[in-house]
Amino acid sequence: MLLTYIVKRIIWTIPFLFAVSLVSFALIQAPPGDYLTTFAATLAQSGDMVDEQRLEALRTRYGLDQPFIVQYWKWISGVLQGDFGISFEWQQPVSHLIWERMALSVCLALSTLLFTWAIAFPIGIYSAVRKYSIGDYIVTTIGFLGLALPNFLLALVLMYVGVVYFGANVGGLFSQEYQMAPWSWAKVVDLLEHIWIPVVILGTSSSAALIRIMRANLLDELNKPYVTTARAKGLSEFKLLIKYPVRLALNPFVSTIGWAFPQLISGAVITAFVLSLPTAGPLLLQALLAQDMYLAGAFILLLCTLTVVGMLVSDILLALLDPRIRYQ
Amino acid sequence: MATVTPLRPKPLAQRAEAPVVLEVEGLVTAFPTRHGLFKAVDDVSFALEAGRTLCVVGESGSGKSVTARSILQIVDTPGRIVEGRILLHRHRTSRGKGSDDTVDLASLEPRSNAIRAIRGRDIAMIFQEPMSSLSPVHTIGNQIGEVIRLHEHVSKKAARARSIELLRQVEIPTPETAVDRYTFEFSGGMRQRAMIAMSLACNPSVLIADEPTTALDVTTQAEILGLIKRLQDDHGMAVMFITHDMGVVAEIADAIVVMRHGKLVERGSVEKIFFEPQHDYTKMLLQAVLDLDRPSERRLERRAVQPLGPPVVEIRNLTKHFDLRHGLFKRKGHVLKALDDVDLALRMGENLGIVGESGSGKTTLGRCLLRVHDPSGGAMLYHGANGVTADVATAKGAELAAVRRDIRMIFQDPFASLNPRMNVAQIVGEPLLVSGIASGADLRKRVGELLDLVGLPANAMERYPHAFSGGQRQRIGIARAIALEPRVIVADEATSALDVSLRTQVLDLLLDLQERLGLSFIFISHDISVIRYFCDRVAVMYRGQVVEVGETEDVCNDPQHGYTKALLSAVPHPDPRHRGMLGRHRYQAGA
Amino acid sequence: MASVLDPRLHTDTEVASQWRLMWWSFRRHTLAMVGLVVVIMLYLTGVFAEFLAPFDPQSASSRHVYHPPQMIHFIDSTEDGWRIKPWVQAYTLERDPFTLQTTFNLDEGNRIYLTFFGKGTPYKLMGLFPGERRFLVPENPRDRFFLFGADRLGRDMLSRTIFGTRVSMSIGLVGVTLSLMLGVLLGGISGYYGGWVDMGIQRLVEFVLSLPTIPIWLALTASLPPDWPPLTRYFAITLILSLVGWTELARVVRGRFLALRAEDFVIAARLDGCSEKRVIFRHMLPSLMSHMIASVTLAIPVMILAETALSFLGLGLLPPTISWGVLLKEAQNIRSIAQAPWLFVPGAFVLVAVLALNFLGDGLRDAADPYAQERG
Repeated sequence: MLLTYIVKRIIWTIPFLFAVSLVSFALIQAPPGDYLTTFAATLAQSGDMVDEQRLEALRTRYGLDQPFIVQYWKWISGVLQGDFGISFEWQQPVSHLIWERMALSVCLALSTLLFTWAIAFPIGIYSAVRKYSIGDYIVTTIGFLGLALPNFLLALVLMYVGVVYFGANVGGLFSQEYQMAPWSWAKVVDLLEHIWIPVVILGTSSSAALIRIMRANLLDELNKPYVTTARAKGLSEFKLLIKYPVRLALNPFVSTIGWAFPQLISGAVITAFVLSLPTAGPLLLQALLAQDMYLAGAFILLLCTLTVVGMLVSDILLALLDPRIRYQ
Repeated sequence: MATVTPLRPKPLAQRAEAPVVLEVEGLVTAFPTRHGLFKAVDDVSFALEAGRTLCVVGESGSGKSVTARSILQIVDTPGRIVEGRILLHRHRTSRGKGSDDTVDLASLEPRSNAIRAIRGRDIAMIFQEPMSSLSPVHTIGNQIGEVIRLHEHVSKKAARARSIELLRQVEIPTPETAVDRYTFEFSGGMRQRAMIAMSLACNPSVLIADEPTTALDVTTQAEILGLIKRLQDDHGMAVMFITHDMGVVAEIADAIVVMRHGKLVERGSVEKIFFEPQHDYTKMLLQAVLDLDRPSERRLERRAVQPLGPPVVEIRNLTKHFDLRHGLFKRKGHVLKALDDVDLALRMGENLGIVGESGSGKTTLGRCLLRVHDPSGGAMLYHGANGVTADVATAKGAELAAVRRDIRMIFQDPFASLNPRMNVAQIVGEPLLVSGIASGADLRKRVGELLDLVGLPANAMERYPHAFSGGQRQRIGIARAIALEPRVIVADEATSALDVSLRTQVLDLLLDLQERLGLSFIFISHDISVIRYFCDRVAVMYRGQVVEVGETEDVCNDPQHGYTKALLSAVPHPDPRHRGMLGRHRYQAGA
Repeated sequence: MASVLDPRLHTDTEVASQWRLMWWSFRRHTLAMVGLVVVIMLYLTGVFAEFLAPFDPQSASSRHVYHPPQMIHFIDSTEDGWRIKPWVQAYTLERDPFTLQTTFNLDEGNRIYLTFFGKGTPYKLMGLFPGERRFLVPENPRDRFFLFGADRLGRDMLSRTIFGTRVSMSIGLVGVTLSLMLGVLLGGISGYYGGWVDMGIQRLVEFVLSLPTIPIWLALTASLPPDWPPLTRYFAITLILSLVGWTELARVVRGRFLALRAEDFVIAARLDGCSEKRVIFRHMLPSLMSHMIASVTLAIPVMILAETALSFLGLGLLPPTISWGVLLKEAQNIRSIAQAPWLFVPGAFVLVAVLALNFLGDGLRDAADPYAQERG
């Protein structure tokens, strides 16, 4: 039963991934003109000679003069072999530029997710069990603030506090000396020393949302008749709480992988820009502004793919957790 | 096909004194509200005897459920016990030690270890809704084993073996595999059996059953009641059985407590309550049930004067299939035959009853007749007043609209069938307005007349449905149904949602309207007593087929088909002298 | 719980329509009432921006670069006694002759007097109705005052924030209206026709929901030509925001629609002889309405936040259009905020607006079904 469900679910993602790639390509195709026009204009502006032959060579290589579907085919067949094309702006293969940044993005998002869970789980339970207590009111208020405050604004405020009161720059993921250094144990330690600030910033709003969801769900579950049944068996209140209502209210936690994880990855774009983190966001932004289409396309495709995969993982976990889903 | 299990009625008289296991004295349970303390249970006293069944009877809001929960101290917050004692005499059970081991449960803290050790071990409880009362994400075995391991120090393996044994005791087939399955894989009756198995896990001396059969069909109810009785005989438990159904009470009770508005109205032995009721409320409850257990005299008188006319609706070979396949990965062969080759005829001025249990297709039949569902095959001929015959199964556009003016419907749920956003004048006037019969002041006048006809005051017009009680709402629904001067009315479980005392009133109203307006009724119900009161003929449905049709009295007194026999024998009679249900017929299709 | 619905306590409830009951249930929700008041005030601010702003939000002044915020006083005490008269303390600009760094110093003796409903620079309210009276202006038209400080071009932050309120609050409303039209149309079609149409639309919704919004928004806005006029860009951005936002509404509408279609009272309406149009508009829509209003209210803050984020990155609205996001772009650089922390003021407005809308939406959602409490 479970296996068929998982296989079905995985088969389902294939058309999704195809659609995602199509959308990504369409998006980077959308701007009027292509990168080469922009490129030629920039060159002309700075007084450089426009090498018509070179432009022509690039144009044929990427099929820029051909219909959309041909261009897409050239692009996607390259992607499937790990070739994401060339970044016109950086003058090097896209695949050289993206992987480390994507890895850091995923690492940041995963840390944030763990942080979110660690915060939201106990607080959500507390808030529901002690409904209308002072603690609950405080948590609810903070939750609302967390929802209303955009991450980048929080990042800005923290930067301001850091600079004005502590004289320290809270941006970046590495100290100066490690920025360019190759990966080493010391660099990882340095990363851990820096990563908590963006994690806290990114984690606030998703924690706030998750606490609200956890609280609402648990309140719902606490009133269900099976709780009374369990109580009538003679279970202690704590055991009962953990085994039944919390177990059922866990579902939204697992589905966070589906929605919070992609949200974190994409939401981090703006925060990463403010904090100048060496993750995917700032480079994507730069690529979009410069119409560096293959670089932007690679990032968008990877971010979309991560989202789809995140949903897949959360659906499978949900099926593991809740027998009702796999028997549908 | 039909098997008869041996009769084992318990003799009513000459019952020996049995030891009192649990005593409730002057119990008061209250909920603080904004308007002060609300006493949900107010000064209630009774006693439970080993091996005997005490039935607690009352209508909704009588406090019977809260009483049960008070005993285990599991009243929903913020309710709590304010006064009284709940004495558990453990020395009179197999578990007690010494000559006097009495605990006052009311004095224990709701979260204390002491009360927790009693819950599930000395006193076990089963609840009304077997689906929501069991956890959907834990296996049956897990939930039964939990109680065992909670109160007795046994290994997981031993607990599992005991769980399987318990499932076997409650007659769940293949308990070895059932133990690892989830509740949603079981039918309602099986879930209730699992629930009972769970409550029996630690051999309790008191079993509290809170409306355990209300959500079940009559045949399933009969089986569950039989099971509880058998287990009681085997284990010698005291059973406290909460119900609103006097039939069930008559069937199983040794003693009865009648409750109303949180207060104890009357208590006594089953004979005393049934044959010498003292309190008016008890008399009223009994009378309401007895009224329904025979044909309406008014209907019989009327039929003697005015015989039935020619057929007005003829249903021929009607079938309706529901496609159960969904999603992209369709599996073939998942078709539910909700109606399977149904033939029926309704005569002018006749009340045709359709009786059956859930899933029998009776509601689908009613809905097909109004084309809420499109039938898959067959014909439904309607002979109009002007002599024109229309096939409802294929009618379209104006023809269908005309049929729908002549055949109208009364719905089961008086809450869901009235648009909460419209007031009564709008609801009742809607059919008149859209068919262009009346508007403006004329419409108001017509609505006023209709309300008067169903016994509602004219000032009801401005009110919204939420301002009315269930019975009044059903009258609004009836007013809407008769607004277009129809000839046929399909009433789908029109009285099921009402308290017993209101049912006769609504049925009498329908009979009254029949006389005045010359109506014919198709009356769909699962309740044989209502059918017996109201219907001239009855069709019994089982799994989409009509298994038997005939004059109501003939079918009730001398059923021919095996299923009808099983159904009728499962209906509890509100007379403790005729405890026939335990020796009922069982019917298995295709067996 | 159901006290309001208990006819014995309130006889009015018997004749109270659904909207009345909702209002009664909503009124008990204190936070939602606060939210309602704040939201109304914010929208009024947006509507009367020209009247409320003391100055033209675009007028720059090199003498007032990063002018600090001034405290407003209402009681003026002079040698002659005291009077009620609003004033602010004047600042003088000083330039260090060597470093050329500028500082503002409090000019103790100098007070700038203000007057309510005085004449200021002429304007056209909403670009339509000419006027020159403003809510609060300096008595001397050549004076300037800065309750929220000034930005890097010496423009008044108060006036700019007020104009930003107009754009940011309206973008939420317009965006949600567009989402709603898309969502209701597709959700309604999906719920009404069912079958393959429903399948297709459901898959589409699932697909759009599985896209990471922010990168898609970024890519879409980046593809807008930068030379479009402000109003065109405004609508283009709104359209982009709503393209992603309609899915949630479509899901809500479809779900409610399907649930309602099976309700007995809707079947009853069909049997009463109502046409499909009447069934939908007279019987189903009123029930959908309350839930839709709540969903819409909760969708507005999402739009506002999205617009703020995009404009902050320079991909959304561009100057000279003023929105909270455009204003916050000024605070992007750490040196500017270290020097002028009042650039955060629009951020506070974002916070307040989003909170108020969330409170309001929560209250509406709870009140949307006044009958739910009765039965539950």
